[in-house]
Amino acid sequence: MLHDSDRIFTNLYGWHGTDLKSARARGDWDGIAGLLERSHEDVIEAIKASGLRGRGGAGFPTGLKWSFMPKEITTRPHYLIVNADESEPGTCKDRDILRYEPHKLVEGSLLAGKAMRAHVGYIYIRGEFVNEAKALQTAIDEAYQAKLLGKNAANSGWDFDLYLHRGAGAYICGEETALIESLEGKKGQPRLKPPFPAGVGLYGCPSTVNNVETIAVVPTILRRGAEWFAGLGRAGNTGSKLFCISGHVNQPCNVEEEMGIPLKTLIEKHAGGVRGGWNNLLAVIPGGSSTPLIPKDICNDVLMDFDSLQEAQTGLGTAGVIVMDKSTDIVQAITRIAYFYKHESCGQCTPCREGTGWMYRMLERMVRGEATLEEIDILYDVTKQVEGHTICALGDAAAWPIQGLIRHFRPALEARLKSKTPAKTPIESVA
Amino acid sequence: MIKLTIDDIEVEVEDGATILQACETAGKEIPRFCYHEKLSIAGNCRMCLVEMERAPKPIASCAMPAGEGMVIKTDSNMVQKAREGVMEFMLINHPLDCPICDQGGECDLQDQAMGYGTAESRYLEPKRAVENKAMGPLISTIMTRCIHCTRCVRFATEVAGVPELGAIGRGEDMEITTYLEQALASELSGNVVDLCPVGALTSRPYAYQARSWELTHTPSIDVMDGLGCHIRVDSRGNQVMRVLPRHNDDINEEWISDKTRHAIDGLLAQRLDRPYLRGRDGRLAAASWDEAFTAIKKAIKKAKADEIGALTGDLADAEAIFALGQLLDKIGTPHRDCRQDGAVIGSATGTGGKGAGGYLFNSGINGVDVADAILLIGTNPRSEAPVLNARIRQNWLNNGVRVFRLGGAGDLTYPLVELGDDARVLEQWCDGGLNKGSAVVNALKSAARPMVILGQGALNRPDSMGILHAVGRLAEQVDLVKEDWNGFNVLHSTAGVVGGLMLGFLPQKGGFATPDMVRALEHGRLKVLYNLGADEVDLSRRHSDSFIIYQGSHGDRGAGCADVVLPAAAWPEKDATYVNTEGRVQRANRATFPPGEAREDWAIIRALSAVLGKKLGFDDLGGLRQAMISAVPEFDEMDKPRSLKPKKLGRKQAISNAPLQTHIKNFYMTCPISRASVTMAECVKAFVYENAGEDAGEDAG
Repeated sequence: MLHDSDRIFTNLYGWHGTDLKSARARGDWDGIAGLLERSHEDVIEAIKASGLRGRGGAGFPTGLKWSFMPKEITTRPHYLIVNADESEPGTCKDRDILRYEPHKLVEGSLLAGKAMRAHVGYIYIRGEFVNEAKALQTAIDEAYQAKLLGKNAANSGWDFDLYLHRGAGAYICGEETALIESLEGKKGQPRLKPPFPAGVGLYGCPSTVNNVETIAVVPTILRRGAEWFAGLGRAGNTGSKLFCISGHVNQPCNVEEEMGIPLKTLIEKHAGGVRGGWNNLLAVIPGGSSTPLIPKDICNDVLMDFDSLQEAQTGLGTAGVIVMDKSTDIVQAITRIAYFYKHESCGQCTPCREGTGWMYRMLERMVRGEATLEEIDILYDVTKQVEGHTICALGDAAAWPIQGLIRHFRPALEARLKSKTPAKTPIESVA
Repeated sequence: MIKLTIDDIEVEVEDGATILQACETAGKEIPRFCYHEKLSIAGNCRMCLVEMERAPKPIASCAMPAGEGMVIKTDSNMVQKAREGVMEFMLINHPLDCPICDQGGECDLQDQAMGYGTAESRYLEPKRAVENKAMGPLISTIMTRCIHCTRCVRFATEVAGVPELGAIGRGEDMEITTYLEQALASELSGNVVDLCPVGALTSRPYAYQARSWELTHTPSIDVMDGLGCHIRVDSRGNQVMRVLPRHNDDINEEWISDKTRHAIDGLLAQRLDRPYLRGRDGRLAAASWDEAFTAIKKAIKKAKADEIGALTGDLADAEAIFALGQLLDKIGTPHRDCRQDGAVIGSATGTGGKGAGGYLFNSGINGVDVADAILLIGTNPRSEAPVLNARIRQNWLNNGVRVFRLGGAGDLTYPLVELGDDARVLEQWCDGGLNKGSAVVNALKSAARPMVILGQGALNRPDSMGILHAVGRLAEQVDLVKEDWNGFNVLHSTAGVVGGLMLGFLPQKGGFATPDMVRALEHGRLKVLYNLGADEVDLSRRHSDSFIIYQGSHGDRGAGCADVVLPAAAWPEKDATYVNTEGRVQRANRATFPPGEAREDWAIIRALSAVLGKKLGFDDLGGLRQAMISAVPEFDEMDKPRSLKPKKLGRKQAISNAPLQTHIKNFYMTCPISRASVTMAECVKAFVYENAGEDAGEDAG
């Protein structure tokens, strides 16, 4: 359990002001000049030591990612890009940072930008986040006014400009290279990797794309020290994390908790427990819609961090915990998710373009029970044909929830197909 | 060099090579749809997946750079499974209408489905149907067959330079379209049909005409412009069904223009299939060869040698020009010209093999790739040589070459520095006059490989001698011709003229050039004109006493004002030699036979020579070629571009202020064949009238 003194997002619920003065009162921008005096390498080392892993879903070590940026600015400028295109179903953590803690993000952008030698940062915000964009723009404007951004930002001698760019509402633009394409004014389609953005990114220049939460925790880590952050959670899964708990719980909420908190504790302590009690739990999708669900028996004692959930054949993802009680038609729930990925597939590469539609349509028949038992195997096979064969991870994201369904709820699925499929009628003889 | 292992075979590839290329080096076939050597890498079909050691997932070999020490497997279980999976996805929404698909038999999807797919479909859902798109008179679309490889999109944006083709929609609703359903306004649009790995984009004129396995393939040379693009003529029976490009990196890479590809239906219309003779009633009437030859004999006998002249046209092959030249020598007349447009090139630069530097594309067509500054004078490469224009665009895309244009209008698909259309500025630049010229002079001067491209539009004017002279001065000032680089280029837009120039088919001492010949014919000074396929010259005002012999393949302008019409074979109907704008001697091969009584050009001239009692010294094509080679040894060196220093360029002459412009007003109709083509007429309707208003289609080139 996270102590209140270890909380990073102290205004997560918007109970206090979001303006610069209030933010400063909560400690934001405190000693910024000192933090900016630290060398590029020093900051990157500190982030590495803190064990911070990317909060956007993949959990890649942030310090390592930053260290991929070139050590000198050559002819091409460096860019920091903040991914605020939060669109993963079940996830709403960045949204609260954007509207209630925008100064943490702005300050983090400056610090991260300096660490990776970027003079320009872009925040790519989801188009639907209208009020959030306004709140963030206000914070950016305030920071400019207070000379915390712009030329000689915060008197550090480092120039840093921060721009807010609004997206047009495509899930795929949250994929870092599609985001870069979109930012360049092109159709949001993922790029081939390699080359990775740290080498060839925005406008062909070295770029790093980080999630909002990743950037927003950076100032506090630097202020309180890497050891403090590394002391939270477990080794390899350090720090605190925002969890978004939704679905069949009594009090859906966003909450900052220590990494590695047991799922059961998280739900019972912060979300008021499962509707109808823990025994009424059917399954949980632990990390946003793209992670495979886990049934109740795994939920009983699984820990909420990257490695534990991976062991449970799922993932922490964005930590968007979707709780489903026994009233849920689990097949229909997963079908809805499959529909989402079919709808959001960009259409660039074959397995995802063709596979997402196929998977959805099979599932859609299975909801009605209009499929044969063999088709469960075909469906599983198709998810395997999509997974790992695509340009970006959307293919994986579309395949995993279905794999989770088949892995854990095959008996339920079979029962449905058996009960609803009319038995094969024998062909009547013509004679 | 990078060393890596592919299926236990160690290979070495150049830095920057992809794994797919490395696999090919190792002799491993990698299936692919979206990858194409001449286009950017998209990596979207996922067919080329291979297994890489230590990589958890299969990787797209087309997009992954080869790395030192990589271990690749192209035939493991993982790879086979991945290919099967991708293949299955390709096919679930593909209509499988192969029996009625024009791509059938030469379809990448068919072939690869056989090689890498599974036998059965597991797909039970309804298949996707996509509305067809209007893409103009040349491209027929059946978009349900599209597998979204985006080759066509990449070709249009990268090579053709027209951004009208793209993909709209997302996921399985993605569709390739021209957005506004317009025709694809590019002279290279037909190439998307070749690029399409399935039957989504097929050739509209060829639709449902033939199956690929019924066709006879004849490698040949294109005659629709001066590049001599390598093509393959596909024929069935005695009909040319289609023309496809052959790969040649030095000339056309893998592209050909729409005229090359689609003017072939002109071979079926307006053909001269028997001799004609103008009767007393002033009408042309069918005649026998004997009657035609007798009439010619009579007319030639009546005239003095000095009253006989000859012109050759744009499509004339070297053998015919040589034979005609020999005959004229025997008759003893100096009047002859192979430049029906009245260009001075040749006269002004020296003739034959020796003066060739003055009229050739000396940098070579592939020299365009490495040029670092280009000045276009009186030329529109987009209409005169679309494939060459695409090369300039490639250079601009890859290296950002600066291109300057003096004279001419229209979008060339890359940015240009416009210098106006007044040819007099050439002299001002040489005299150090300051205007925009200083930029171009400096750019050419500082370039390691500067290039000046002179079009026929600058060479067929009354003041062309002066223009050439000024270009010669400019060339000296900017050091255009260096030890290892020759930047002086003449872009010919016809297949026949360079051959004629090399053979010296030009006015001999005291002889008339084309404009003089036409005038002499009007005044009655010239009594007999032998017109070998020169259809762009207006001879309608000839003197009533004159006698014109027209020899050619089509009933075009030339035949209309002739007294005797001799039917000749068109280019795919004969073995013939053509010389392209680089001076590259190339052989075209016969794919079909000429219609009716039409004969090969050289054979007609040889037969006539016997009737006239001036028998030429060869009896067959081999003998003719031997004689031609002994006369001009350059014809012995096949397929070699020539680069010669220009010696004498024009002479001092006042340049007029008449605007410099290209001589081709209508790309789609420049010769008797393209004028007879229904497909080209449709293109004119779709592209020329649509874009330029009413009178644009008038001029035929």
